[in-house]
Amino acid sequence: MSRWFTQAADDEKTIYERSRPGRRAFVAPPPGVPERPLDELIPAELRRAESPALPEVSEPEIVRHYNRLSKRNFDLDTGFYPLGSCTMKYNPKLHERVAALPGHAKLHPLQSPDGAQGALELMWRLQTALGEIAGLPHVSLQPSAGSHGELAGVLLTRAYHEDHGQKRTKVLTPDTAHGTNPATVTMAGYQVVKVGTDSSGNVDLDDLRTKADEDVACLMLTNPSTLGLFETGIEEIADLMHGVGATLYYDGANLNAIMGICRPGDMGFDIVHFNLHKTFTQPHGGGGPGAGPIAVSDRIEPYLPRPQVVRREDGDGNGARASRVYFDLDFDRPKSIGRLRGFQGNYGVFVRSYAYIRSLGAAGLREASEVAVLNANYLLARLRQAGVMEYLPAAYERLCMHEFVLSGAPMKRELQIRTLDLAKRLLDHGVHPPTVYFPLVVDEALMVEPTETETRETLDHFAEVVAEVLREAREDPEIARHAPYTTPVRRLDEAAAARHPVVRQPRG
Amino acid sequence: LTRYTSVTDEDLREMLGAIGVESVEDLFADIGAGLQLDRPLALDAGLSEAEVYAELRALAERNVSTEDEISFLGGGMYDHYVPALIDSIISRSEFLTPYTPYQPEISQGGLQAMFEYQTAISELTGLPVSNASVYEGPSAVAAAGYVAKLTNHRSRFIVSQGVHPHAREALGTLAHGWGMTLEPAHLSDGATELPHLDEDVSAVIVAQPNFLGAVEPLDELVAAAHEAGALVICSCDPLPLGILRAPGEQGVDIVVGEGQTLGNRLDFGGPSFGFFAVTEKLVRRLPGRLAGETRDADGRRGFVLTLQTREQHIRRERATSNICTAQALNALAGVIYLSWLGRRGIVELAELLVQRTAYARDALHALDGVEPLHHRPVVREFAVRLDAPVDRVIARCRAQGVNPGYALEHDDPELRGGLLVAITEQRTREDIDRLAEVLGVAVGAERQGTAAGAAR
Repeated sequence: MSRWFTQAADDEKTIYERSRPGRRAFVAPPPGVPERPLDELIPAELRRAESPALPEVSEPEIVRHYNRLSKRNFDLDTGFYPLGSCTMKYNPKLHERVAALPGHAKLHPLQSPDGAQGALELMWRLQTALGEIAGLPHVSLQPSAGSHGELAGVLLTRAYHEDHGQKRTKVLTPDTAHGTNPATVTMAGYQVVKVGTDSSGNVDLDDLRTKADEDVACLMLTNPSTLGLFETGIEEIADLMHGVGATLYYDGANLNAIMGICRPGDMGFDIVHFNLHKTFTQPHGGGGPGAGPIAVSDRIEPYLPRPQVVRREDGDGNGARASRVYFDLDFDRPKSIGRLRGFQGNYGVFVRSYAYIRSLGAAGLREASEVAVLNANYLLARLRQAGVMEYLPAAYERLCMHEFVLSGAPMKRELQIRTLDLAKRLLDHGVHPPTVYFPLVVDEALMVEPTETETRETLDHFAEVVAEVLREAREDPEIARHAPYTTPVRRLDEAAAARHPVVRQPRG
Repeated sequence: LTRYTSVTDEDLREMLGAIGVESVEDLFADIGAGLQLDRPLALDAGLSEAEVYAELRALAERNVSTEDEISFLGGGMYDHYVPALIDSIISRSEFLTPYTPYQPEISQGGLQAMFEYQTAISELTGLPVSNASVYEGPSAVAAAGYVAKLTNHRSRFIVSQGVHPHAREALGTLAHGWGMTLEPAHLSDGATELPHLDEDVSAVIVAQPNFLGAVEPLDELVAAAHEAGALVICSCDPLPLGILRAPGEQGVDIVVGEGQTLGNRLDFGGPSFGFFAVTEKLVRRLPGRLAGETRDADGRRGFVLTLQTREQHIRRERATSNICTAQALNALAGVIYLSWLGRRGIVELAELLVQRTAYARDALHALDGVEPLHHRPVVREFAVRLDAPVDRVIARCRAQGVNPGYALEHDDPELRGGLLVAITEQRTREDIDRLAEVLGVAVGAERQGTAAGAAR
């Protein structure tokens, strides 16, 4: 029996394998209306001959099945989750409670604005707060995730240039960029041009100068970068891009390092996306939901997606009657790029992130960033101990921001274990491994983001576990190479899964 | 100290010492002084937990939810009952707080749930491969358009006017970036007219049932599209698929849709999930995560994310989509819901909706000043045309505690007077009778008002 998981004796049955004809959980209420023959209402040729083969299981069985499955997951409420670039900070329980209030959770998205004043005001307040944090005044909450915000940002850039009679074809992304950046560029109809990284981990300014021309629509940048380093040449970069008429896009994945300390808008960025599931602590849900609002400068504002949440005031114009403030959806935006999705965005996420901003306030958000950076630097310092630093040196010898990147290249060379093996062995110690093999510019990369909500003891423990795994590997590298041992399943054959994809339960 | 951090003065001293700096400010030395904000953020001070709760509750109370009125609003999201077991399961930390299962050995719960979800969507849609979820319905239509673009590199989409207006607009937003155009296919008595097709058409996009609630006959349209070498994309409402022919079996290439009705809350429009299923042929162009079965080192069955070479983190600018974070928790709610309904239950629920909707449709058609907008078969939603200003009628009904539905003219001026009415199992016969009564009075009053106005 593992220390960390409820381990099944053998593989866990699927819900379909638990199915028995005739069992059921749902009992339909009686129609309560005079019934007509179905054929009269929907002709047989439009109906299926055979019902979909969904499971036939009782309610207790469903609950037991999914509770058992849950115990085969590692989660943030159970242990340390320093997954770089993902900001796995604590998700306050209060947020689940307020998001579930019927006035929020049971509000229909097509309810007319007069019946949704609380929701629209919450969205307006969140827009205002995000705009202040970014230093860019105009916010759209609509994008559903970071990558969706990126797509919005590049399409906004296109709309801006087209409106000014310009046709540009290229978008620059650093070679350290998240994969979503170049993928977004292609999806928005541009060609990706990669920009190199210099020896201290910054954007290579010489390379950027040769590539920044009037054909470039945008530079997408993460700052701090995916190396966890603040881009010291940011003002020069901004001047360079604005000099050729390009926009500067801020990938907000790493915003957790700088809240209240500096602002993308002040650095010269035109467009920013936020990952509410990272910086603003929407629970990650095993891969979503998230939300990816964007904030933009004045010159980009006319193109924002519609509808926009707006605050209006109406009075009688001569001050005889007090003006009435109300919140509305503004569809009348002739230069808008249009909708990116249905309705108004992931409102349930907005409720949680708004609650978070209200809980922390200005000082608390700044403190969150300060402690995130303190924790990361402290953990990096702890990992600079003998027995670790020889095998896992920092990719760049600088103070880091909220995360840092180590290289497992010496470990691979000296101990014959790869970063992957180290990660798998960490699983046996009840720790979620850092992000591995990203960014691509670091050989055998290991990207560590502890976040501000971890205690110093947790960071100390992680450093000790890493040292222990390396000590063990010096004696017997085979142990790490075949790890993990105590998890619900052992190392899985991903190549076989891709060779012969089985992506659904075969029909019984 | 905020509630969620834990650095004591002693910790701070020792941590700074270990790092080798004097102060926290020193950690930010790389940020030039000119760039540092020289004032606090202009945000209100932080609040205690109880104060935050009170504020969020006060905001909630200024919304009129489906608990506060008898609501017949639909148009893409529906007030179905969400069984209690879903709240219980998806609020478990083990499902709520991890991220994408990059480390499959400690993520078997989430991965197996994805596999089970994919199976259920495959059953509903009649297509062999479903991904693990995309954002939501309308953007799923846009994502499907991108798959069509990658597949045949043609220049134009034909989009039925029966596709949700938000989906049509979202596709237009993205397609502009790809240099592609949209052309509408019109509705005739609620069903999509067979469009003119040529070899520039990348895909024909329809909805089942469509935005006006009508069940579309797809066979002829699918045959014509395939004849012209175009793909067929169908945006589906998943619950009616319990009794309607599976689009995959009718030859549709890509089936997408809004998953909210499968065990997710209304949440003013999100988060919910989008589903996305394709034919075997299109698997390598599928966007998003896909869970697949494999074996571990000891030969035990396990699940992993598979065919990742489609995805942005591997393929970068050559990826089939930029999607990363999707809607895993909402899709989990979806598969729990479908397991709860079960093979018989989904049919019983769909038939219940058909019966109550037919009853409501008859009751409304019997009213003076209310005409059918189309005569096609419907499952749980139908459209009527009011001989009165629809927004004023809605306001009158709402004053009586009944929200009669959605005014169609906001999306399409041609549907002036159109009212879209949705029925769920939570709307009883008494609710429907009340709707008919209130709507009849409201339409009557508005017509009288209009007549009186004209007489003056």
